[in-house]
Amino acid sequence: MSKALAMQGASIDFVVPYRAEHPQIDFMTIHSATELTPLERYGLGAYDSKAVIDAKLSDADINDLKDMRGVQKRYVKFVENLVTVSVPDAIHAHDWLTMEAGIRAKELTNAPLIVHVHATEFDRSGSEMGNPLVHEIEQQGLMMADRIIAVSNITKSIIMQKYGISEDKIEVVHNAIDVTDFNDGYQYDLRTYAYLEALKDEGYTIVSTITRFTVQKGLTHFMKAAARASEKYDKFAFLLAGSGEQRDELIALAAELGIADKVFFTGFVRGKQWRDAYSVVMSSVSEPFGLTALEAAHHDNALIITKQSGVGEVLKSIFRYDFWDIERLADQMVGIAASPALQQSLKQNVHQEYDRISWHDVATKCLNIYNSTLAGATL
Amino acid sequence: MSKRGIVLYLHVHQPFRVRQYSVFDTANKHDYFAEPNYDNDRNNERVLRKVADKSYRPMNSLLEKLLVQYPDFKVSLSITGTFLEQAEMWAPDVIESFRRMVATGRVEIVSETYYHSLAFFYSRQEFERQVEMHRTKIRELFGTETKVFRNTELAYNNELGKWAEGYGFKGILAEGWDPILEWRSPNTVYRPAGTENISLLLKNYHLSDDLAFRFSNKSWTEWPLTADKYNSWVNASAGDQPLVNLFMDYETFGEHQWADTGIFDFFDAFVGDWLKDDSNTFYTVSEAIEAIPPVGELSMPNTVTWADTERDLTAWLGNSMQQEALRHLYALEHDVMRTDDLELIADWRKLQTSDHVYYMCTKWFTDGDVHAYFSPYESPYDAFLFYINAVRDIRWRLHHYHGTGSLNG
Repeated sequence: MSKALAMQGASIDFVVPYRAEHPQIDFMTIHSATELTPLERYGLGAYDSKAVIDAKLSDADINDLKDMRGVQKRYVKFVENLVTVSVPDAIHAHDWLTMEAGIRAKELTNAPLIVHVHATEFDRSGSEMGNPLVHEIEQQGLMMADRIIAVSNITKSIIMQKYGISEDKIEVVHNAIDVTDFNDGYQYDLRTYAYLEALKDEGYTIVSTITRFTVQKGLTHFMKAAARASEKYDKFAFLLAGSGEQRDELIALAAELGIADKVFFTGFVRGKQWRDAYSVVMSSVSEPFGLTALEAAHHDNALIITKQSGVGEVLKSIFRYDFWDIERLADQMVGIAASPALQQSLKQNVHQEYDRISWHDVATKCLNIYNSTLAGATL
Repeated sequence: MSKRGIVLYLHVHQPFRVRQYSVFDTANKHDYFAEPNYDNDRNNERVLRKVADKSYRPMNSLLEKLLVQYPDFKVSLSITGTFLEQAEMWAPDVIESFRRMVATGRVEIVSETYYHSLAFFYSRQEFERQVEMHRTKIRELFGTETKVFRNTELAYNNELGKWAEGYGFKGILAEGWDPILEWRSPNTVYRPAGTENISLLLKNYHLSDDLAFRFSNKSWTEWPLTADKYNSWVNASAGDQPLVNLFMDYETFGEHQWADTGIFDFFDAFVGDWLKDDSNTFYTVSEAIEAIPPVGELSMPNTVTWADTERDLTAWLGNSMQQEALRHLYALEHDVMRTDDLELIADWRKLQTSDHVYYMCTKWFTDGDVHAYFSPYESPYDAFLFYINAVRDIRWRLHHYHGTGSLNG
């Protein structure tokens, strides 16, 4: 998205919380707020808020870079310095990790703050509140924001309902994908797939899901639907790619439902293996967007996506269902397996659709939001 | 020289929509058309009652008023069997008002397939059975014989023209599509290629679609369309030609164009304006054919319909789901007919209604809006899925009946 923004004339100072070389990136200025390596950054658990220590920023140790709060404090300091040197026209902050820095930059510069919401604590935790500290940071960031960009209507309604933000402050800008990102050195795992290949040769339909195995992904519903679908159609194989806390529970559930021989756990893999599936299911209970669905579309799959997943708002050539509606999902799986015309139509049409969604359009919408916010701002 | 006449032809139709019929219903329940939730758009009773209030009742009142007010006002109607069955159940007063209109002698009923099907393109035998069923139903309800034929979606080709002549019809209706007409006008009568005793009436799609599609469109440069303006267009189009054929869905009035767009007042005023000129009148389809001899032969070797920018059958048979759905359905014909089970035969025929495959249309990006508007399904894939589950159930019932046959497909 940054690249698309730059191509449309925006000048970007991009602050990352780690030390990194980005030799291919010449369209914006990248600033490193810390000397952490990207690997260490992942160890902080930015996307797993349960690992976050409950600390006010003022209590955090700015020198403790093993602690997320320490990194965030350093990040804020860095941004404070940066905005005094290079005063921005607009501040674009993403999610709770950088909201505090965004608020601080706004205080110092009076520039409008645009908060881009890719996921809320509500989505990450799958429960009402999640981590109260994260929720509070989000609440503050959303309230201080001049404009909010949500990645889907689902996210927009969560921001309205769970955070009490008024509708007119929120714009929906859906994500896009860059297909050139998909060549990621994928290794074909012959041990797992030799068997699936054999099943395919015998006319089996492979239904896969690629995700973290957590409650919010709705995989127990998926598994029950798999069992229900198998009552009506014999030749199914279900491939669960990923890992997570629910893995053992799901293995046990498959056995309990009597479909253990049809279910394959492959660990986390990306990219090309989807080419070998027929249908990909996104069973999330709450999914702000779900870029993996666009990736699956790129690899010629028929998609079944819950109505609670944002990506479903931008694709028409898909099946949708409510995450709890096991019968509906099972019916759709059987339909795809039993009707070649349906399967082909879904695959071909979604393939034509997904790459019309471009980052260029996303950037245009963001620039419009910057400009309209600047024009309307009372400074 | 006879007067210049408008041929107003309105098509009245409602399908039996398939409910959310899942693979778990297949072989268990046969109630494909009985959506249990009354508030759902697939609930046929709800839709019929709603459209009766919005369209059939107010428009019939207006038509009856115009018939009283103007001795020269005439209308032609095609009313499908699937509509009549539903109106008999849920809006019998609407049928009564149609009967009163027909009794004036100035309202003609046009022939078509009872089930609003595309059977002509799949089974000539089944097609003729449905035409005969419709003629019988019209005879019973209205006491009249149909003389002019229209095929579902106005789907027409030379072969159909010849069939209609052979079957004894005096006339047949089709789209007045520019690439076929070239320099010729739709405002007169033609003879279908290769026939001698049948006439062809062509829809003036510019003027018809001004009402059917554009009337309430605020981004249309001619919006708002007044009776005065429209009357001047119709007069200009007619010129020294004898006819202007305004063919459209009956539901244009009140359902596609809501009452608050002013469509009823507009139409009331327009009829008055047109008839103010003594050289203007209205014709029924048969009267037009009686009054005006064909000016020449017109050939349509390829099928032309009244839909979309392509004017072909692609909205119904353009994608593989639609083709597969009807291929599987018509493949059952022989086994269905030999059951002599009237309920099973009726279920099979209700699935032939063209609306079902229309809901499966995926021409999203050009004609998508129109299709989206008319579909009670969340997606064309849903429409296909519920439909094919129902077709499988028919197959299962046949399997049960005959103890033979395959359940594949």
